[in-house]
Amino acid sequence: MADDNIVSANVAAPGPAAVPPSRRALFVGFLIVGMQGFGGVLPFARRMLVEQRRWLSEREFIEVLSLSQFLPGPNIVNVSIIVGSRFRGLSGSLAASLGLMLMPFLIVLALAATYAQFAAIEAVRGATNGVSAAATGLVIAVGIKMAHPLKGVAWQIAMAALTFVAIALLRVPLLWALAVLAPVSIAIAWRMQR
Amino acid sequence: MSLPLLADLAQQFALLSFLAIGGVNALLPEIHRRVVESAHWLTDTDFAQAFAIAQAAPGPNLLIVSLIGWKVQGFLGALVATIAICAPSSALTFAVAHVWDRFRDAPLRRAIQQGLAPVTVGLVLASGFILARTVDQSVIAVGLTVATVAVVLTTRVHPLWLLAAGAAVGALVAV
Repeated sequence: MADDNIVSANVAAPGPAAVPPSRRALFVGFLIVGMQGFGGVLPFARRMLVEQRRWLSEREFIEVLSLSQFLPGPNIVNVSIIVGSRFRGLSGSLAASLGLMLMPFLIVLALAATYAQFAAIEAVRGATNGVSAAATGLVIAVGIKMAHPLKGVAWQIAMAALTFVAIALLRVPLLWALAVLAPVSIAIAWRMQR
Repeated sequence: MSLPLLADLAQQFALLSFLAIGGVNALLPEIHRRVVESAHWLTDTDFAQAFAIAQAAPGPNLLIVSLIGWKVQGFLGALVATIAICAPSSALTFAVAHVWDRFRDAPLRRAIQQGLAPVTVGLVLASGFILARTVDQSVIAVGLTVATVAVVLTTRVHPLWLLAAGAAVGALVAV
């Protein structure tokens, strides 16, 4: 399975590795990505996979990314699962995802423990509030950027607005909101295709 | 250590793992609803702090889940919560990855992608709204959020600088 993919990758685009990366290489590659990604890991994952190690072509990366965004779960973890499984099956997925998560997990706990020591200091609390406020701005900005492709498509704008109202204003539990909104939205998209 | 609490953590986040369409950022309102409003594991302040620390650390933004687990049940809680948010969706991804490429041009696949796109946008914007209500407790905080949005939309500054600027302003004003 994995071998077939390598062959087709080489035919499709020059560049991607001729030898499938080992589990150890997958672990190390994603370990480095995990330590780099401040405020968004995806750009670093793209650089490692496409430019530096050449495990994927640009086109393959976009396909892996769109699948990992479509499926539930943390996008970047899904990317590591797909890339790992493509080269080394289940153990490749485990190596890549563990590599990705290991350092950020330890670092964030260390940060939290350090923060607990200094939380009494007002400047530290102020700095934390400032980071929260800025990070909130990052989330809003990402939402606005993601909304750009919807421009001009009335039903998509309506579905986005409906989702916003249900979750942000009415505080409908996510499970119920998705159970209604996702099928309705997909059904509209299906009808619009014809 | 409390096994029932660990089991509860695992169950809550394992379910959320399947609902995380559009990543963990889209999930923040639901996480807030569950851990702050329903379970009372964290206060609003705890939640805002966990969000800030997770954003300030390198790596995926799902780390806020690790910190919630840590708050509830220490290191083991962090481990359980992190695995719970990752494992179910990862298993699904692993299973689907092999099948998906065969349906690259299928109309149903396109309909699913086009249909989910606006829902994801609505979820992320809702996250921003809930976060702003939780986090922006002062005029200066509101200003920082608005300024960050403006800078991101008009320049190509690296996000880390904006977080650093937020920290600097927050530290100075608090003093």
